[in-house]
Amino acid sequence: MNTNEYLMAATGGALIGVSSVLLLWLNGRIAGISGIMNGVFGRQCAEVSWRLAFIVGLIAGGFLFQTSTGAVLIERTDYPEWLTIAAGLLVGYGTRLGSGCTSGHGICGIGRLSLRSLVATATFVLIGMAVATVLSRVLS
Amino acid sequence: MSESLKKIFAALLSGTIFGLGIAVSGLANPDKVLQFLTLSSAWSPALLFTMAAGILVTLIGYKWVLHRGPVLEQELQLPTNTTLDRKLLVGAAIFGIGWGLAGFCPGPAIVGLSSGMTEPFAFVAAAIIGSQIQRVTSSS
Repeated sequence: MNTNEYLMAATGGALIGVSSVLLLWLNGRIAGISGIMNGVFGRQCAEVSWRLAFIVGLIAGGFLFQTSTGAVLIERTDYPEWLTIAAGLLVGYGTRLGSGCTSGHGICGIGRLSLRSLVATATFVLIGMAVATVLSRVLS
Repeated sequence: MSESLKKIFAALLSGTIFGLGIAVSGLANPDKVLQFLTLSSAWSPALLFTMAAGILVTLIGYKWVLHRGPVLEQELQLPTNTTLDRKLLVGAAIFGIGWGLAGFCPGPAIVGLSSGMTEPFAFVAAAIIGSQIQRVTSSS
């Protein structure tokens, strides 16, 4: 058991929680990333500015982490491109149809005790596990 | 400072903390996500710590915000749909398939843009296209 890894995982999760509480407290909004992205490329073009600012913040956060720790965010460089593209299409389609992703349903939704979010999270975690497990057998 | 400018700064701050949280937790690294989603001898529960910590903070924080109300908005903007419908389940399932195929979900992929690597750009572009396909093809 790598204690440091678990400590980092929990610390990161707490930061995500603090950020979500902050956005609801200040702006009255749920920190659901897919929803924030869809709002930028959506029908209504109002309220785009805060969403863009949040997205800029996400990238800035990643940048701050890399420059301050010297760590690499993504290790792999040889993942099959068609898999990444197919995954992106499915994630974009599914999160819009299902009104949320890991952040909106998994953290914020469960945090406000939404049954919809709990069911959605159980669904995408279990199916994600099944797909990843089968894929690892196929690719190896 | 105008209210809308304050909202933009609040979203930027929240997004930055969120992005840091994703980077610190290891979620930005799709290998780590797949290590959690793939059931094998190398299975790592680290991301459960991230979820648990995030949910714990939002559970407590949201309760407080629900009492208090938002600072820069008149009302909290919360989802009103409470039905477990087909769209939610099918959407979450499709998202789960995509998540399992590459180990990317929307937040970590956006944070990953800060690495300057090609893969997160390809994923985010595909996700935007996927969500637009859903928007254009949906009747509601």
